[in-house]
Amino acid sequence: MGLGQAGLTLALAGRLYYLQVLQADKYKLLADENRINLRLLPPSRGLIYDRFGLPLADNYPNYRAMLVAEQTSDLARTLADFAELVPITERERAKIMKELSRNRPFTPIPVKEDLDWEQVSRVEINLPDLPGISIEVDQKRVYPFGGIAAHLLGYVSAPNEKDIEDDKDPLLSLPGIRIGKNGLERQYESPLRGQAGQSELEVNSVGRVIRELAREEGTPGKDLVTSLDIGLQQFVQQRLSAEYSGAAVIMDIYNGDILAMASTPTYDPSAFYRGLSPAEWQQLTSDEYHPLTNKAIAGQFAPGSTFKIATAVAAQQVGVSPAFNVFCPGYYTLGNMRFHCWKKEGHGHVDMPGALQHSCDVFFYELARTIGIDAIAVAARELGLGDVAGLDLPGERPGVMPTRAWKKATLGQSWHPGETLINGIGQGFVLATPLQLCVMTARVANGGYAVKPHLFKANEPPKADGPSPYPKMNLQQSWLDVVKDGMDRVCNNQRGTAYSSRITIPGMEMAGKTGSAQVRRISMAERATGVRKNEDIPWRQRDHALFVAFAPVHEPRYACAVVIEHGGGGARYAGPIARDMLIETQRRDPARRNPNNEGGRREMP
Amino acid sequence: MGLGPQLGVSARNRMTWRDKIAHISWPMIFLIGCIASIGFAMLYSAAHGSADPWMDRQAARFGVGLAMMFAVAMIDLKTLMRFVYPAYVVSILLLVWVDFAGEVGMGAQRWIDLGVVQLQPSEIMKITLVMTLARYFHGLSYEDVGRPLSLIVPTLLVLVPAALVLKQPDLGTAGMLMMVAAAMFVVVGVRWWKFALVLAMGVGVAYYAWNSPDILHDYQKARIMTFMDPESDLQGTGYHITQSKIALGSGGVWGKGFLQGTQSHLDFLPERQTDFIFTMYAEEFGMVGGLVLLGLYVLLVAYGVVIAVRCKSQFGRLLAFGLSFNLFCYFFINTAMVMGLIPVVGVPLPLISYGGTVLMTVLIGFGLVMSVNIHRDQRIGRRLGNEDA
Repeated sequence: MGLGQAGLTLALAGRLYYLQVLQADKYKLLADENRINLRLLPPSRGLIYDRFGLPLADNYPNYRAMLVAEQTSDLARTLADFAELVPITERERAKIMKELSRNRPFTPIPVKEDLDWEQVSRVEINLPDLPGISIEVDQKRVYPFGGIAAHLLGYVSAPNEKDIEDDKDPLLSLPGIRIGKNGLERQYESPLRGQAGQSELEVNSVGRVIRELAREEGTPGKDLVTSLDIGLQQFVQQRLSAEYSGAAVIMDIYNGDILAMASTPTYDPSAFYRGLSPAEWQQLTSDEYHPLTNKAIAGQFAPGSTFKIATAVAAQQVGVSPAFNVFCPGYYTLGNMRFHCWKKEGHGHVDMPGALQHSCDVFFYELARTIGIDAIAVAARELGLGDVAGLDLPGERPGVMPTRAWKKATLGQSWHPGETLINGIGQGFVLATPLQLCVMTARVANGGYAVKPHLFKANEPPKADGPSPYPKMNLQQSWLDVVKDGMDRVCNNQRGTAYSSRITIPGMEMAGKTGSAQVRRISMAERATGVRKNEDIPWRQRDHALFVAFAPVHEPRYACAVVIEHGGGGARYAGPIARDMLIETQRRDPARRNPNNEGGRREMP
Repeated sequence: MGLGPQLGVSARNRMTWRDKIAHISWPMIFLIGCIASIGFAMLYSAAHGSADPWMDRQAARFGVGLAMMFAVAMIDLKTLMRFVYPAYVVSILLLVWVDFAGEVGMGAQRWIDLGVVQLQPSEIMKITLVMTLARYFHGLSYEDVGRPLSLIVPTLLVLVPAALVLKQPDLGTAGMLMMVAAAMFVVVGVRWWKFALVLAMGVGVAYYAWNSPDILHDYQKARIMTFMDPESDLQGTGYHITQSKIALGSGGVWGKGFLQGTQSHLDFLPERQTDFIFTMYAEEFGMVGGLVLLGLYVLLVAYGVVIAVRCKSQFGRLLAFGLSFNLFCYFFINTAMVMGLIPVVGVPLPLISYGGTVLMTVLIGFGLVMSVNIHRDQRIGRRLGNEDA
């Protein structure tokens, strides 16, 4: 009997040894897992600035009233008292009640978000009479310029399931976290987001926080300084807003800074932060003018006559002399087909600069036929057409620069000689984005350097005179001078197509090229009775109005492209916009202004 | 312990107060004091470093209990024997009463609310059963014990209260009653094969009980089932034992320190002031503390056994032995259950767990053992007469 008791007692001692010595580490870990709760501390998101340090995307404090149910004896009374100070809608009340029933009584429940200062003070003063209520502050993303740069900045919103699956950052599972869903917010999501901090909390068995054991602050997101001049952006966006639909880009031809890029219509990015209602979303996505699309990079348009710049460069590249001369009777015959010039009466004898000045179609039909589509494609690609420009913004589209091989591969048909003519004047298959047209103009204006556009601000100071940071392409200065001469005459020769849109301020004159891209087929019958004016036909069938330009004409620095979707004639509708943009740009002259004098910020690596 | 003064026969049966006080076993009181002090410290810790609500009340009860212990120790064995059967009958009546009118706690009827105190008759039964069996076997000769018929009465004496306790339902106490009784049967010399017979019957009854919804409650079955595989039901019944093992294991060799037990203080450990108090103790004082406490209990039990061996009357011997074994069962079942060796059956840790009735009965039990020690030389005849020569 005694032995049995001794044996059992030894078993107890052995069990203690097993649990407390042999298995101690395992159970210590389990005990820590029990009591320690890791809580992520969201880092503050990096701000986005324009080139002069004005915040384009900012973090504002979001004051919100929280309620801890267990701290009040009469919940209904507290809520009623609070509602007297700050009105609560029925929907909000229902949400509060739902949260209250779902959470433990010590969990703070948001009662009202985004209190203004007056409301905060009113609540703070009355806190003694509002048991359980407290004011808490976190951050909200604010876009001070609203829709002005919406397509560039993008927006942030709560991550969806796919985001969480693709990105293993534990931050994404944090309630209330917002991630970049479009534009720069998405492009630079990782540096802007920063690194989460961590708080080690001791909790009891029902999850109540007892104390903080350790705290490791996160790394705030890095600020992003963009090349944008928000003042110019504002001007461009507003100048464009008179049109139904269109896009405009203006860039520095030497360092590739995008100074402004506008797309109309636009939207309010903060709506996405709040969360759109289904009706709002429906309205945005079904809008005929596609407000959510950044047409400057994702709108693909037939470049029309602006493409003649590329054709002219291509011809010289394969050895055609600038003195190459064509007689324009108003039409061009290939086999049994007749191709019309935009000017029914014809231009008579024209050379290359003259053809650009008058935008003579017949000259370029002949030029294109002479050199062939593949030669045109080589030069056009060097000028930046047919492939993405590589802008640091998601959603850029490549456009189309057709060749014989391309047609065979995509359509399975062999090239038709007539198509060379059509594509040579920027119609047919060829498609370009406004950004690509702007890059093309810039590369012509900067003397053939392969400048690439970008939105984050370049690290080096602008180099107007020194060697360009971009490689020189196989484009001789003399060829480009011919094109620039033609573009000069477009604007500054009395008989140029855009003379009425010229800049008359001395030293600011621009050179440009008009374009009116036809989107409908003009029948023989219509030609016989007279081509209908754009104003007389429905919006969808009107020509795209295009204009590309650089300025100042003799010492170029800025290139711009304007596309008004179904706007009508390029000279009449896109030209004035480009003119105003270039005047405003040169008046502000952002490329030559020293940002450090105006509170410039530290830059993105 | 020194031998008492050699006294004549008549003198032996008529001890003076002075003699009795001289024979009080102070080492035993010292051990009780040590264990109870650990208990007070743990109740203080269980309330997060506060005497309220457990330690102060337990200490007051301990004072009352000590007084009762001394009072009982003074009663001589013969006088005691006269009260044994009436006490047994009263205990049975209380058990019946609790079955019908008891307070429900933790899904079982265990308490009688007497207004000032709440009484747990099953705890009282643990003492009275030992006394009753000691009294019964005292009246049997060695030959009588060999006759199977003479074992029918004591078997019934055990089974009736055991059944009533099981009905409450209190598996732990019922088991303890039977284990203590079995140990006393062995000590008086009942043959092993008879035990084998009873054991076989017991297994049969257990099998019947398992399958009969009236006897074993679902929660008791669940406790046994989760004991087999505690990880299977982490949020339900397995939670207690899993958290208890985590608390014990994370205490390590030296423990987390007084008032520093995370499992107990953050409420992961259930019932930390009652059934799982040993876990909290071993979490805060580690394996070293746990072994010290087990050692104190072993010493206390061994002391009781020595007293039993030295007693000259069969009643005293059996009483001291039965009560010592009862103490052993208490601490063994409780600690084994919190360590996950046996199912969680709800047996408190004597002198440490919060609870008035247990503290009182345990202290009265010690009083009886002390009485046996004081009156060890008293000779008592089978028919309660003075036995000479």
